[in-house]
Amino acid sequence: MYAFDYQRPASVKDAVALSGDETVFLAGGQTLIPTLKQRLRQASVMIDLGAIPELRGITVTADTVTIGAMTCHADVAMSPDVRAAIPGLASLAGQIGDLQVRNCGTLGGSIANNDPAADYPAALVALNAVVHTNTRTLPAEDFFTGMFETALAPGELVVKVVFPKPRRSAFAKFRNPASRYAIAGVFVAETGDGIRVAVIGAGPGVFRIPAMEEVLTKDFSVAALTGIAVDADGLNEDMHATAAYRAHLIGVLAARAVTSLT
Amino acid sequence: MTKVSITVNGQAHAADLDPRTLLVEFLRENLRLTGTHVGCDTSQCGACTVHLDGRAVKSCTVLAAQADGKTVTTIEGLAAGETLHPMQAAFREHHGLQCGFCTPGMVMTAVALVQQHEGALSEHDIREGLDGNMCRCTGYQNIVRAIAAGAAGMKA
Repeated sequence: MYAFDYQRPASVKDAVALSGDETVFLAGGQTLIPTLKQRLRQASVMIDLGAIPELRGITVTADTVTIGAMTCHADVAMSPDVRAAIPGLASLAGQIGDLQVRNCGTLGGSIANNDPAADYPAALVALNAVVHTNTRTLPAEDFFTGMFETALAPGELVVKVVFPKPRRSAFAKFRNPASRYAIAGVFVAETGDGIRVAVIGAGPGVFRIPAMEEVLTKDFSVAALTGIAVDADGLNEDMHATAAYRAHLIGVLAARAVTSLT
Repeated sequence: MTKVSITVNGQAHAADLDPRTLLVEFLRENLRLTGTHVGCDTSQCGACTVHLDGRAVKSCTVLAAQADGKTVTTIEGLAAGETLHPMQAAFREHHGLQCGFCTPGMVMTAVALVQQHEGALSEHDIREGLDGNMCRCTGYQNIVRAIAAGAAGMKA
């Protein structure tokens, strides 16, 4: 790691006030710390968000589940409230990384990093969640802008995410057997606006599949998905899977998610 | 430099550290608690697993500064004097190790897994719980057996 100064502010206001050109926010650190160790990133000041109570916690109302940015994956996975309100979301959180990573990694850190293979973006987009930052609110689809890119401005901080409760939802993913990152993952949700299907791991960022959403809105069954081919054009290709393999896998995973809900 | 105070195995420690200091470096180099191992140093292998406020974490991927004001338990803090913790005893009884390098991390993960899991642990739960710990000797069979026995011992 290159040298940095370390600050641990106690409020969002103080954290934002400390931020500048060469500062970096530290959430759970499960991506940032390995990246710093490899000297792929550097910072003049590390602003640790770990001591800001307003960024942590889970609140459930009749229509929504609100999760603070610094809430770790294990807390979402184990929360009886989240499990009851949006089981698909709790299940997704419980499949991220491994036990130790889930005890540190956070919702805010995951979405601000926007790794193409990160799981949370699928849930945010499929559930039509709203991201609250310290300055504004924006729908998930406007928040994720590209590979490792988001709409966050410099010094802007994710505070919480509000998930509208779906009628039902499920996540299915296929992991790389070595790294355990998703080769592809599909989140299917029946929301107030019909069925939404969001994919991670397979493309440069999270994306929806309108053709699947259309047929599933009319007939929520695996049979309805028959004949819906996913275009391999633009999908990721690496030593683990070709674009065509990933395209096929998306169909398989969508069917698994639908099966688990029917 | 940044000031930290961390309670490790029941004992309070204060230090003035380079902010880059990893929790595992603080444990091994400042406190000389070398039971916690560094295997991969890239948050894959789990040999460095310790408990931070009761939760299993990879201490190679946590800054010592992040643990300021918190409580850490390492493998050295599990036994009660000469009496092994039930999970340690189960690893010995069931031969849950060969070279022993991964063992401190395995045992710390296993204890946290039992504490963090509701209800009885199935073999599947144990295998999934070990996702973040690698052993290159045993093939895991005896580790899984040891954890099942250790879990029973912890509840006894």
